[in-house]
Amino acid sequence: MKAARYLASLASGLLFGIGLALSGMTRPQKVLGFLDVAGQWDPSLVFVLGGAVIVATLGFRLVRRRATPLFAASFDLPANRSIDAPLAGGALLFGIGWGMAGYCPGPAIAQLAAPNVETLYFLPAMIAGWVLYRATTGVGKATRQAGRA
Amino acid sequence: MESFTPWSALAGGVLIGASATLLLWTTGRIAGISGIARGLLSSAAGEFAWRALFLVGLIGGAWLYYAFAAPVAQAPVVPHARPGFPPLLLVVAGLAVGYGTALGRGCTSGHGVCGLARLSPRSAAATLTFLAAGIATTWMVRHVIGVQ
Repeated sequence: MKAARYLASLASGLLFGIGLALSGMTRPQKVLGFLDVAGQWDPSLVFVLGGAVIVATLGFRLVRRRATPLFAASFDLPANRSIDAPLAGGALLFGIGWGMAGYCPGPAIAQLAAPNVETLYFLPAMIAGWVLYRATTGVGKATRQAGRA
Repeated sequence: MESFTPWSALAGGVLIGASATLLLWTTGRIAGISGIARGLLSSAAGEFAWRALFLVGLIGGAWLYYAFAAPVAQAPVVPHARPGFPPLLLVVAGLAVGYGTALGRGCTSGHGVCGLARLSPRSAAATLTFLAAGIATTWMVRHVIGVQ
């Protein structure tokens, strides 16, 4: 079961990586072309997000008919439902960083498939941001964390 | 300037949605990249391998696509560095993306794809917030400060 779970994780990651690269979202120029509504606006990202959300909505509905996942004892879903200050502040800060450079975490990590000089600056800084959060709040230290979303 | 590519965008989105479905179906986990990667930094037993393997797959998938698509594509496929783009902006952006996704518990994939698919109002609020902040910031950087 463990081996099956690991193989399934790898396969899911592969699909995700192919999807990101195919959609163009691993190129920050493409992402900023969407966020730049005052320039030559490129609505492609709407199609990426739309396609992903439609497939996942249908897929999740089918999956949740099961009592348990295929290779694990239980579903592990975020339990936090509150719209609070950390959510708003975090999303705001993330959006600011996203709009500055055009990288969100998926494409930033996928950069390792074809690293360039921008990868050298952005990726370690993003990881430093995660470490800084953990160091200043203590959240996520040697625990299974809720922050999987 | 980027051209509108609805078909590859839609096909890529479908694969991302299929990936999130596959991960939930097989392992019961949410395909949120920032959460999966951040979990690598904590040392909880039994939590490392699946996260690492997912990210190896993520990088491998992008690599495979570049290897097969780049030789035949007419438009740019492989990411390249922007000449003259300020390194300081990349560093500040990276810190903001890291700290922000940790504080807000998710990014484009966790809140944007999986959260919306779960019809979560919390994720919808996060998605609207980071989209609005991203649009406002890009406008500032490109049209006020003048960095392309």
